[in-house]
Amino acid sequence: MSTKTFSVTLRVWRQSGPGKPGKFVEYPATGVNPDMSFLEMLDVVNDELTAKGEEPIAFAHDCREGICGTCSLTIDGKPHGPHRGVASCQTYMRSYEEGDTIVVEPFRARPFPVLKDLITDRSAFDAIQQAGGFISVRTGAAPEANAVPVPKEAADLAMDAAQCIGCGACVAACKNASAMLFVAAKVSHLGLLPQGQPERDRRVLAMVSTMDTLGFGGCTNQYECSAACPKLISHDFIARMNRDYAKAIFRSAFKPVAAGGEGA
Amino acid sequence: MAQLDSRIPKGELAGKWQRHKADIRLVNPSNKRKYEVIVVGAGLAGASASASLSELGYRVSCFVFHDSPRRAHSIAAQGGINAAKNYQNDGDSVHRLFYDTIKGGDYRSREANVHRLAEVSVNIIDQCVAQGVPFAREYGGLLANRSFGGAQVSRTFYARGQTGQQLLLGAYSALSREVASGGVKLHTQSEMLDLVVVGGHAKGIIVRDLVTGKVTCHAADAVILATGGYGNVFDLSTYARGSNATAIWRAYKRGACFANPCFTQIHPTCIPVSGEYQSKLTLMSESLRNDGRIWVPKRKEDRLKPPASIAEDDRDYYLERIYPSFGNLCPRDVASRAAKRVCDEGRGVGESGLGVYLDFADAIGRLGEAGVRERYGNLFDIYHEITNENAYKVPMRIFPAVHYTMGGLWVDYNLMSNVPGLFVLGEANFSDHGANRLGASALMQGLADGYFVIPYTIGDYLATQKPGSRPPADGAEFRQAEENVVGSTSRLLSVKGKRPVSHFHRRLGRILWQGCGMARNRAGLEQALREIPALREEFWADVNVPGSGDSLNQSLERAGRVADFLELGELMCRDALTREESCGCHFREEHQYPDGECKRDDSAFAHVAAWEFAGDGKAPVRNTEPLVYEAVKMSVRNYK
Ligand SMILES: Cc1cc2nc3c(=O)[nH]c(=O)nc-3n(C[C@H](O)[C@H](O)[C@H](O)COP(=O)(O)OP(=O)(O)OC[C@H]3O[C@@H](n4cnc5c(N)ncnc54)[C@H](O)[C@@H]3O)c2cc1C
Ligand code: FES
Repeated sequence: MSTKTFSVTLRVWRQSGPGKPGKFVEYPATGVNPDMSFLEMLDVVNDELTAKGEEPIAFAHDCREGICGTCSLTIDGKPHGPHRGVASCQTYMRSYEEGDTIVVEPFRARPFPVLKDLITDRSAFDAIQQAGGFISVRTGAAPEANAVPVPKEAADLAMDAAQCIGCGACVAACKNASAMLFVAAKVSHLGLLPQGQPERDRRVLAMVSTMDTLGFGGCTNQYECSAACPKLISHDFIARMNRDYAKAIFRSAFKPVAAGGEGA
Repeated sequence: MAQLDSRIPKGELAGKWQRHKADIRLVNPSNKRKYEVIVVGAGLAGASASASLSELGYRVSCFVFHDSPRRAHSIAAQGGINAAKNYQNDGDSVHRLFYDTIKGGDYRSREANVHRLAEVSVNIIDQCVAQGVPFAREYGGLLANRSFGGAQVSRTFYARGQTGQQLLLGAYSALSREVASGGVKLHTQSEMLDLVVVGGHAKGIIVRDLVTGKVTCHAADAVILATGGYGNVFDLSTYARGSNATAIWRAYKRGACFANPCFTQIHPTCIPVSGEYQSKLTLMSESLRNDGRIWVPKRKEDRLKPPASIAEDDRDYYLERIYPSFGNLCPRDVASRAAKRVCDEGRGVGESGLGVYLDFADAIGRLGEAGVRERYGNLFDIYHEITNENAYKVPMRIFPAVHYTMGGLWVDYNLMSNVPGLFVLGEANFSDHGANRLGASALMQGLADGYFVIPYTIGDYLATQKPGSRPPADGAEFRQAEENVVGSTSRLLSVKGKRPVSHFHRRLGRILWQGCGMARNRAGLEQALREIPALREEFWADVNVPGSGDSLNQSLERAGRVADFLELGELMCRDALTREESCGCHFREEHQYPDGECKRDDSAFAHVAAWEFAGDGKAPVRNTEPLVYEAVKMSVRNYK
């Protein structure tokens, strides 16, 4: 257990509200313990700001264990910070040293407008989900669970995709602000399971078209998304979705329209 | 005094739910769309309820303080969900799940509710599989199971270490479908701050938009709270930071009884505290106890030695020693107290002395590192991330932490509180887990309530309410409640003291952990009951909430929640003090057997304590609902 503390300088994006101008402001963070999480370091800075009568830095967080997808910091230019396969809340101060300057910004992407300081509005993801990210099964109408065996490999691969925490780091990491990895994860998760087959075409068409409508960009195969993903969801799922999409277009007699409403 | 009619159906236990469904009033399909139902919360309980009610035709408005329903705290559940499928052919049955849950709860839950829970557990798995929840499978393609504490059968279904996430995403997808179809109107970043009661019935809520600060009134024919547990009253816990008691606390202050507030669960396997700045405690799923062995050194002197250097003979695998038949899989309350005891004896490991080892060396020997990684890889990763230690090489260090609240708003068999029209689901109610919840049973209860109970039972109430009789959202009661909310917001902002909210939350947490934690006694509780009101006074004199009420203000949000915790904490201590017995997680040191086990007093306390608000500054009223056991004989829990 480490007890030696150190100091760093934070350059933090401050913005009072949606559409308001923002700017970087510097704050010292002193007495930093290497075992602190990045968010705990911000907690301490915020308590100090409060004591001085200043407004603390607004940042989104909840579970603080990498599963809810709420935290969404861009740290030194990287969504979720320096380490692969973790969310902002799982970044620990042992990654930094005395005297470091750390730049903290919100996730930057056109479809995620800033609400305040480091908090953005990611409701576009809900809208994509509402367009088709489900299997239509009425409560109570389900058949016996073991009636349809699912090959372990398929279930495991579906789970790899289903792990997505919906944080939006993939979008923030992409220079086109593409949501392809997010959509591909959902489309693949459901498309890999026998239960997801009946709506497979409809789903991919509706989700992709909603994604386009909401202003997310296209994929140019740089795969920054997978690299930034806290669950390391593979970009192979994007290729899988592209195949699904092509087949669905070919088979579909209807135009790809979103069934869901606009941003909720 | 509140009227507490549990409305348990008559007749033989196993047939109660079927008969009840056949007997209760129904709302005819064409009338359903005339009813407006408010659901607060979209965790497992709220999302499943919203989706199911909308499918039936009710008009649902769903409110969450999160920015998306998918972020509810249910997302963090790791280990699994129980169901009496008996796929392992190991002798499981609805009756056995029912019995294990009653016994696990130390005979302080309602037989009829628990039996229903066990009955519908099997439907939950069917429902989730049909939604595409990618549960773990065997090579033959059938569903896999693992075992959990307090059970001798393998009945837990799981999706790696992310079961809650996958179940919630399933419920969220069902909810999303209903949002798209227009049946559910979703209000995100909207915090319920008051319940509106009109003519004795719950008819609406007051909501603050967390982005704009705007306060609005919403009317409905019935209100459902599915707002989760209140364990964050302790500040440090395994809950998400945002989890809070505000919705149920404000409903309590509008007349809903709060049942068994002191029944809080301390989970045995969490990562120990590392410093003052600590903001949360991370759970290491109980499923780890399937393969990990818990131990401390036999001698105090060895506690700081590298674990590998401590010989097998010098280790005390205390759970295996004291509870040979359940061993490392004994229930949570038992395991937590045992850990506390060995640490109190000075044998705790790690710098603080507040830790025990959870060792996988044997499992790695048996299954190989890859085998262990396949089962628990993500948990080992989390552990490494937080502690910078490799648990494949050195044993994990764990310590108990606050994890779940069995207490909550009192509800009858229909899940309706004593305020007609107010229903409470999931962890927010008190219903099924008695004095201790078994692992993998909260997810089961949340989904049982939302998918399979409320869709039937809400009809029994709505059928008594004339369609269209819902009061307008600008009536006197709404205005009064709205003023109440606006008033308390400006009160918080106007204190302008010197200390941040976190300061008070931390202190409250310490008082409760000391006085009302894993072990309680009269002197400690009385002390907490002196300290909490004093702290509350200090809060209202010295808290500093910067910023304004008309924009996004996280300090203000937290201040409101902590203000409620400062009241709830007192009720918890009062409840713990009055319950002069030990049962499940409520361990009163005065009431124990010589071997340190809980000593229940069934003659005086085989009841639910349902506290009723009597006004600020007045002592609340303690109502009781007797617990009558017809099918099970109450006995001393024995896991030896
Ligand atoms: C780390 C961890 C692991 C766990 N693992 C397991 C496990 O393996 N198996 C198991 O069975 N159980 C487990 N549990 C317990 C289980 O996860 C919870 O009991 C359960 O998920 C609670 O679900 P819920 O729907 O009642 O509430 P939550 O999921 O907490 O949802 C609460 C909802 O209410 C909303 N809300 C709350 N207050 C307000 C308000 N005032 N206004 C508007 N909205 C509000 C929130 O936005 C949210 O949508 C675990 C718990 C923890 C902490
Ligand atoms: S706070 Fe939940 S993922 Fe980071």
